[in-house]
Amino acid sequence: MKVKTPSKLEKILASGQMAVTSECGPPRGSDPHVVTHKAEKIKNHVDAINITDNQTSMTRMCSLAACIRLKLMGLEPVLQMVTRDRNRIAIQSDILGAASFDINNILCLSGDHQSFGDCAQGQNVYDLDSMQLIQTVRHMRDEGKFLGGDPISRPPQMFVGAAENPFADPYEIRVPRLAKKIAAGVEFIQTQCIYNLDKFEDWMSKARDRGLTDQAYILAGVTPMKSAGMAKYMKNRVPGMDVPDEVVKRLAGTPKEKQAEEGIKMCIESIQRLKEVKGISGFHIMAIEWEEMVPEIVERAGLYPRPVVD
Amino acid sequence: MIVADKKPIEEIIDYVKDHQSILVLGCNECVTVCEAGGKKEVGLLASALRMHYLQQGRDVNIGERTLERQCDHEYLEEIRTSVDNYEAVVSLACGVGVQFTAEKYQNLPVYPGVNTLFMGANEMRGVWSERCQGCGQCLLAHSGGICPVSRCAKRILNGPCGGSTGGKCEISKELPCGWQLIIDRLKALGRMEDYEKISPIKNWSTERSGGPRKVVREDLKL
Repeated sequence: MKVKTPSKLEKILASGQMAVTSECGPPRGSDPHVVTHKAEKIKNHVDAINITDNQTSMTRMCSLAACIRLKLMGLEPVLQMVTRDRNRIAIQSDILGAASFDINNILCLSGDHQSFGDCAQGQNVYDLDSMQLIQTVRHMRDEGKFLGGDPISRPPQMFVGAAENPFADPYEIRVPRLAKKIAAGVEFIQTQCIYNLDKFEDWMSKARDRGLTDQAYILAGVTPMKSAGMAKYMKNRVPGMDVPDEVVKRLAGTPKEKQAEEGIKMCIESIQRLKEVKGISGFHIMAIEWEEMVPEIVERAGLYPRPVVD
Repeated sequence: MIVADKKPIEEIIDYVKDHQSILVLGCNECVTVCEAGGKKEVGLLASALRMHYLQQGRDVNIGERTLERQCDHEYLEEIRTSVDNYEAVVSLACGVGVQFTAEKYQNLPVYPGVNTLFMGANEMRGVWSERCQGCGQCLLAHSGGICPVSRCAKRILNGPCGGSTGGKCEISKELPCGWQLIIDRLKALGRMEDYEKISPIKNWSTERSGGPRKVVREDLKL
């Protein structure tokens, strides 16, 4: 696939090397050091860092400001943007704001419903959905125009990504849905955390059969489990998460003080197995409030050192 | 139909506490069907108010009336003379009826006796659920006859989102995922190829966002 933007992430993927991304959740406050401190821990071991956008609908420092913090550190941010909180005016405006700081990656999401967060009584917007957000960024970038049709001076240069959850229901539309996102213009995908590897491999094989893995880069999402409790919570409480019983059992069968270590080991084993899956272009490591473990995971999974591109 | 639900009696009593004569005004349309504001509910509310004032030792005149419709001048005119006997009206019609009554009788306080909820259907005895949000640009031809605007908690036009689990919405295990329903229906119709058509960005100016809406039919005007 041809490089279309100045994105470092895109260049690494286009070079055929496995990419590694991770993410930082902004704080529930205005202290910039929370973001820069998390980024410091992982910056030498990843190619780009996603900044989440009010994840689980809990109000936090905005993704754009936190991305600018990373940019000021000379790092490569991925601006996550949900369509829950912004109409098309705010979306285009924030994209231009990000572009003014040469933020070159965006992840287009619909976002969790507001009822999960601290503003359950608030309205949601959903003027656009994630599919239409992909179309919007591509339109702004490739046509150099606003949705309203007027030309943009200095259009955004963004590598356009989206999430995909192979484990949500109904399963039969999960590959067609990926096809739809690709048709909308998505260029890279970061998947939901993968614990059910058999199911994921089946999804990948169906995606390959349709030629989809040649049209967008797929980054496999992984999250190390800190404890058996976390595995149970993810299994039972997080919508769209598929945690097989074996995963819970293996952690529960490990002494409590060794569960975190076992979780890291399981995460590395997953990466090793997924590396062999044809069509996987890299990994998205979501170590939730556990960023300090990312370097170890990357190194032990054989993904270090990270490539250097111009 | 427009589906409404009764307001708590305490809230209604608080609205009317300073009045000496109150007309409880029902509507024979939607709110009768959903058993929130018809003749039966007018009788129940009037009795409850009478009992309340009796306990307080106050002599308050409570009248009862149910009109064919409160969203129509013709029927609202029927109370023009009798309404002068009251200091206030508690309307058990939907928000439309409450407002139309208030517009017609400018000097009379009109209080709502129900919470107006949605346009919906009667699923089974005692259960009503939403089917339409009046977006002004119907999409049902493209979604197998199931509406993504009213049946998806995020009004996503290209769903389902990643939160759809076992046919249920991420916000509640009781709520069917609208997009699961759409897919089931497309499958039943043998039209799954329609699923891969991307729904374009919607023109929302025909819904609430575009401001209060109006239909003018010149061919029907007198």
